[in-house]
Amino acid sequence: MRRPSQRPLSCVPPRVAALLGAGLLLQVAWHGAQPPPLPRAEDLPPAPQAAVLQLTSLGDPLALSKVLMLWLQVFDNQPGISLPFRDLDYARVEAWLERILGLDPRGQYPLLAASRLYGAVPDPRRQRRMLDFVHEKFREDPARRWPWLAHAVYVAKYQLRDLPLALKYARALADNPGRGEIPHWAQQMQIFVLEEMGETEAARVLIGALLDSGRITDPHEFRFLTGRLRLLEEKSDDGSIN
Amino acid sequence: MRKGQAGNIPVIARFTVVEALRTRYGIILLLLTLLSFGLAQFLSQVAITETAQIQRAVVAAVLRFSAVFLVALYIITSISREFSDKVVELMFSLPMPRGSYYLGKLAGYAMLATATAVVFSLLLLTVTPWAQAAMWGVSLVFELLLVCAASLVLVLALNQVTPAFCAVVAFYLLARSITAMQLMAHGPLVDGHSMASQLIARLIDGMAFLLPDMSLFTRSDWLLYSTAQWQDLLPLLGQTAVYLALLSGVALFDLYRRNI
Repeated sequence: MRRPSQRPLSCVPPRVAALLGAGLLLQVAWHGAQPPPLPRAEDLPPAPQAAVLQLTSLGDPLALSKVLMLWLQVFDNQPGISLPFRDLDYARVEAWLERILGLDPRGQYPLLAASRLYGAVPDPRRQRRMLDFVHEKFREDPARRWPWLAHAVYVAKYQLRDLPLALKYARALADNPGRGEIPHWAQQMQIFVLEEMGETEAARVLIGALLDSGRITDPHEFRFLTGRLRLLEEKSDDGSIN
Repeated sequence: MRKGQAGNIPVIARFTVVEALRTRYGIILLLLTLLSFGLAQFLSQVAITETAQIQRAVVAAVLRFSAVFLVALYIITSISREFSDKVVELMFSLPMPRGSYYLGKLAGYAMLATATAVVFSLLLLTVTPWAQAAMWGVSLVFELLLVCAASLVLVLALNQVTPAFCAVVAFYLLARSITAMQLMAHGPLVDGHSMASQLIARLIDGMAFLLPDMSLFTRSDWLLYSTAQWQDLLPLLGQTAVYLALLSGVALFDLYRRNI
């Protein structure tokens, strides 16, 4: 006959049962006597050196980059408390984004976060900082990072209302070594910024040069730009612009 | 427990320590210490700024996790081996209460845990002011005592290495993060009207009642910003005593009921 795995409760000495009961009661009472945990906002720590992060990644920088990005993204949601982005130290945010991008240079997440998350705060100084970060990083890999600079043009033009800044970014999109990989609409953004600035002549010259260069092969695009050029010429003749 | 039977406890504790020394626990401890020292030196070469803070934070975290996993793994494999070799059955056949076996083992492992914490704290002294390193070390002793008792309870209950180790790791990680989980469960992002959220929050609150708040133990900010005072250790001592009593009650209750 198989022996039961448990002996009767009477085998447990009363002192042991008392110890178990007392231990349980004490633990519950101890926990109950502690003050309730209070949420405490913590500052974003300074980003460590890139070499330290490489070491910490244990040979898998991509995984560390993804984990750090998620950590940074939810840093504003600390246990029990929610911080507005504008309360974050943007110099540190930028340093973290740079390190994370350094761990995974092909990753897009840090640039997306810079342009669409941290760059969306209602604080022009912080927005400019993030846009400049995107611009700086775009120059390192234009073919891969152009969508974020294109967004930066939009933010500079419509949110910051800083047309010279929008033009600077739009020109960077058009004049860079990787422009073959960048769609024409993104490269043509400078035309519309120039138009907005009232620089009709410059916009006309730019469209004319673009049409003459033979780079526009799509008939719809060619027709659209030709129409735009004609409109600019008409407006220029009427003197409605400038 | 009669007086003569209580005399078995130091003997079992002594043999537990002797066994540890003969199974190269000391050598592993020494190797871990050397590796951590090497890591500290390497970090000092790599870091451009905040060298001391980086050394302290990284080395302390490595040492704490190493100590916890080393102690837990050693206890679990040692007791599991005793079950396989029928040593436990032999001990329980002797005219000695089962409680003496548990208390002797716990005392032996507590000595090993203390030795581990002392060695690691001595290493930290090379990169940290002595008072902060000493308080960190005392707190590590408390933390390791709880890990010892939890490992002993779980390996005595589960007998096998893998389930017991997984359970200890789960207990440790949960105990270190339970306060953060509580804050999140009651945080502003949680929908307070949702039944599921309320249920989860209650469940986490219930678990918090039964777990020690280990996030208060052995904190790195003591080493980085010298924030600890000696009196900060008193609540940790209280929590350790209370939880040791609870874990010992669970272990003894299980031991006396088991048919071994």
